[in-house]
Amino acid sequence: MSVLWPLLLGLLAGAGIATVIERRRISRALRRRSSVHRIAFPFTGQELSEPALTAALRIARAEHATLMPAYLALVPMRLEVDVPLQSECEVAVRLLETIEQRAAHAQVAVDARIERGRTLRHALRQFMAHEHFERMVVAASTNGSNDGFAPEDVAWLMENLDGELIALRAAPTQLEDSPGLAGI
Amino acid sequence: MVAEPGNLKVFIGMAAGVGKTYRMLQEGQAEAEAGRDVVIGYLETHGRAETAAQAQTLEMLPRRHITYRGSPLQEMDLPAILARSPELCLIDELAHSNAPGVEHEKRYEDIEDVLRAGIDVFSTVNVQHLESLNDQVTQLTGTKVRETIPDAVLSAAQEVVLIDLTPEALISRLRAGKVYPSERIPAALNNFFKIESLAALRETALRQVAEGVEVKRLVRETPVSRREDALLSNAMPQAISERLLALITLTARSQRVVRRAWRSAQRLGAELDLLVVRPPGSEPDTEERTQLEALRRLASVLGAHLLIEEGDDVANVAIRVARARGTTYVLMGAPKPRSAWRRLMQPALPYRLLRGLPGVDLRFVADRALRSEPPIQEEQSGS
Repeated sequence: MSVLWPLLLGLLAGAGIATVIERRRISRALRRRSSVHRIAFPFTGQELSEPALTAALRIARAEHATLMPAYLALVPMRLEVDVPLQSECEVAVRLLETIEQRAAHAQVAVDARIERGRTLRHALRQFMAHEHFERMVVAASTNGSNDGFAPEDVAWLMENLDGELIALRAAPTQLEDSPGLAGI
Repeated sequence: MVAEPGNLKVFIGMAAGVGKTYRMLQEGQAEAEAGRDVVIGYLETHGRAETAAQAQTLEMLPRRHITYRGSPLQEMDLPAILARSPELCLIDELAHSNAPGVEHEKRYEDIEDVLRAGIDVFSTVNVQHLESLNDQVTQLTGTKVRETIPDAVLSAAQEVVLIDLTPEALISRLRAGKVYPSERIPAALNNFFKIESLAALRETALRQVAEGVEVKRLVRETPVSRREDALLSNAMPQAISERLLALITLTARSQRVVRRAWRSAQRLGAELDLLVVRPPGSEPDTEERTQLEALRRLASVLGAHLLIEEGDDVANVAIRVARARGTTYVLMGAPKPRSAWRRLMQPALPYRLLRGLPGVDLRFVADRALRSEPPIQEEQSGS
């Protein structure tokens, strides 16, 4: 009997160490995966483009990628470019929460951002300089509406983006009608 | 018999030239007219005729002449003030550093002696001389102020009077030669005396005084029961208003905690501090660096204060920071499940926070990804 106890303890200790190592391996793998594979989803304004968000979520889910929604906050010239932007952030936070809720339903990891700039392109340039991602999904505005990126901005992105760009025709959805808004 | 300590009244302003010394002299004059024994212990007129004229009717103690490294200097004569022992002494420039060889290094230390002798003191200071605001003011104005006073000196004052002036009015005074001699005006306009800098300093001064008033109001007016007294006894400063502290890790999920904390702060009209605790001496890896930079930018756009502290024990660091900053709410992500061994060895973080921060609310921000809801249909189907 006295020989069995150390053996049993040794086995238990070995099993414990193996479990810890395996957990760390999985955790490292998950972190590596989330850090490598990112899909950017920049947007601005008061509304989210439902088709663009849905597409971004689908792609992220299919590729086990992290969705990186980025609210582009425009800073008026009368303010310093790095001032806190309370009213812009209220909109941004609300929309990012909406996206996060949708992403949680779709089982997609989210790593959200708020990026500032004097203009849309300035904010985009800042965002591209600060962040790493493999793809960018944007909503393109149609018929002069302001619910997505103007054709000139999409063209600018195609010239300047170091990666794949997916531009989707916007179909504005009122926030109140968005299924993801329940409970916010 | 030991004298009852004197009262300190400080006239604070956003910059030189707003009229602190002038107002101090006016109030000293009024005290003298009311029959009190008032003397000027030290006055710096900076060559301003109006200020000098205001001082004429009050008794002024001579300065002490000392020599330092062969140069003649003039300082306030502390022994003479104590020997004269007036009821009220006016001492300009609270943040002044004394020349070596006198009783104390700093004038506020001289003033402490005067107060201890039972003499009331009126003094003056600019907001940029407050230790806690020094870095902020340097950022706002690009000018580093070397002479500082501990905030406790201002907190200990029985009265703080803000001397306010619009930046435009101050610049007009400067241009009119009422602040500095003519040869110093161009340099002043190019450096410290810019509308933007003065506006920021003014806001800082207004906020500082408003917060001080609020603290005093809370301390004086809130009836504190014995139990509440015990709760407040942990050297915790009285809260100015609500102040939130969010405990953040360098992961994407923490951004949700930041956003939730910010929304709560907005609703409460509170300041928000974001605390990241790093193991001592460890360098963040690439992913953590990315998250840290993202967090810095997020804090900046939200107007939150990002605090990065080193420590082995998150609970201890959080408790220390929360006490120092007068936190009223702590927000954190839901803690990870802990092993049985760890549960046995140490109480959980929330429990330790609740014990270490009595009277402070604790709120958890749940991780949406952990909610057991089925994925919505449209994401599963094809396009």
